Amino acid sequence: MPTFLREVHMKRHNLLDILFRNVTRLSAFAVLMLLVAIIVSLIIGSLPSIKTFGFRFLTSAEWNPVTDEFGALVPIVGTLVTSAIALLIAIPVSFGIALFLTELSPRWLRRPLGIAIELLAGIPSIIYGMWGLFVFAPLFADYVQPWLIEKLGPLPIFGPLFQGIPMGIGVLTAGIILAIMVIPFIASVMRDVFEVVPTLLKESAYGLGATTWEVMWHVVLPYTKIGVAGGIMLGLGRALGETMAVTFVIGNAHKLSASLLMPGNSISSALANEFNEAVGELYTSALVELGLILFLITFIVLSLARYMLYMLTKREGSTT
Amino acid sequence: MGAEKTVTPKLVVRDLNFYYGAERALKDINLTIPEKMVTAFIGPSGCGKSTMLRTFNRMYQLYPKQKATGEVLLDGENILDKKQDLNTLRAKIGMVFQKPTPFPMSIYDNIAFGAKLYENLSRHDMDERVEWALRKAALWTEAKDKLKQSGTGLSGGQQQRLCIARAIAVKPQILLLDEPTSALDPISTAHIEKLIDELKAEFTIIIVTHNMQQAARVSDYTAYMYLGDLIEFGDTSTVFTNPKRKETEDYITGRFG
Repeated sequence: MPTFLREVHMKRHNLLDILFRNVTRLSAFAVLMLLVAIIVSLIIGSLPSIKTFGFRFLTSAEWNPVTDEFGALVPIVGTLVTSAIALLIAIPVSFGIALFLTELSPRWLRRPLGIAIELLAGIPSIIYGMWGLFVFAPLFADYVQPWLIEKLGPLPIFGPLFQGIPMGIGVLTAGIILAIMVIPFIASVMRDVFEVVPTLLKESAYGLGATTWEVMWHVVLPYTKIGVAGGIMLGLGRALGETMAVTFVIGNAHKLSASLLMPGNSISSALANEFNEAVGELYTSALVELGLILFLITFIVLSLARYMLYMLTKREGSTT
Repeated sequence: MGAEKTVTPKLVVRDLNFYYGAERALKDINLTIPEKMVTAFIGPSGCGKSTMLRTFNRMYQLYPKQKATGEVLLDGENILDKKQDLNTLRAKIGMVFQKPTPFPMSIYDNIAFGAKLYENLSRHDMDERVEWALRKAALWTEAKDKLKQSGTGLSGGQQQRLCIARAIAVKPQILLLDEPTSALDPISTAHIEKLIDELKAEFTIIIVTHNMQQAARVSDYTAYMYLGDLIEFGDTSTVFTNPKRKETEDYITGRFG
């Protein structure tokens, strides 16, 4: 090829390369811009509410569309309490699942069980909601709640958490359904991090005469603590934002109640239920501000999770 | 070396066979390991020397398809017996591995870990035990000011001595060393070898090594294994200078392996 032709050819190559680079860069920045756009529109949307209620929005339990008086305390508490119940149940169960799958289960059972857990994660949340409302809640109301009310209700400090009438739906039910939904996430992360623990490390502990429990609790768990915490955070992120399943079983009542058996509300289910009927600027704006609050809570939780996972990979990189 | 001392048998192996599933990895092994001496197992990769070691503390039991038959008598008691309690067995027979494996906790807790499993020591007694173990493992002077720091922060050689300290803190009778210096530099290796020489006053030591010079340097008795067979076992100086079997001589002189 003559020199000048080759130059033309190379120039065209350069041009294509520059074009390609800019297209990919644009796609990457689009994600960032979307994120910013969502935050900005949430803030603009909630301005009327922020102006009217100010900080009181976070501390008031009043939610009255008729008098245009809105406070987010009930849904915020509902979101945090249901997520806390979910984690309280899901963490020990997931630890048990992961421990069984990595240490105790016979080899032939590992794959089917692991797949079953991943399938559990793939079930659409509306199905959990339906199942919770039509199957779980009635059984819970008939068999478990009366017992909770009778046995735990009269207790001094924890008693008020378990008083009321057995209705099936309520904050506790929502927490339990959420627990079932986040267990697959936490359990599979735990299993994955337990599996990367060096065999020699475990054998060293067994070699000193430790039992399986002692090896898991004193050696494997401390070794994997950052990954485990990351998995829990991912589960928490999911629990905080879950909408459909919670909406079905939480009761959707804007009432602050000490009892976990009473209906409550969460941010996401309030949004799902009320946007259709929201009339007036202030009502809509209050709902948007709820959305902003949820966004901030999940954003913080997920950043923490990312950070922890990042620290884990960094540490692994430095030791191998 | 060992010949001048009176020899008491510590571990007697009789007709030991070992299976990984259907594969037979040890074939009718018979030998007697003397007390408070260093016995080395040498041989090419896959000869069964590590398998042998893992039989002595029944580490193989962690894996469902592995199985040993025959007898291994510790002071006359068969440790392969089903009734043998694994935790007490492992309190009597400690093990150190190819790579340092400090637990993700402080130096102090690393050493206290094993001792805590068997004994309910007071704070003061535990402090003494930790110091004793660290001194025995020649790590005390280096570690005494950072007992609260993580064991993973030590150098490789120090970590391996930490693992030795951890094993002897349980006060075992036998120490199994599975290629303890294969991941270490020459200076750390020399440290460990010196340590082995000192430790044999109190413990019966069984070492598996790839390094023939190491076996010659540290051991009183040497066993040469090949493809699951025990080819030759005897006084280290005899095995190295005047081997009875042609195969041993070939391996030692480097003509094979």
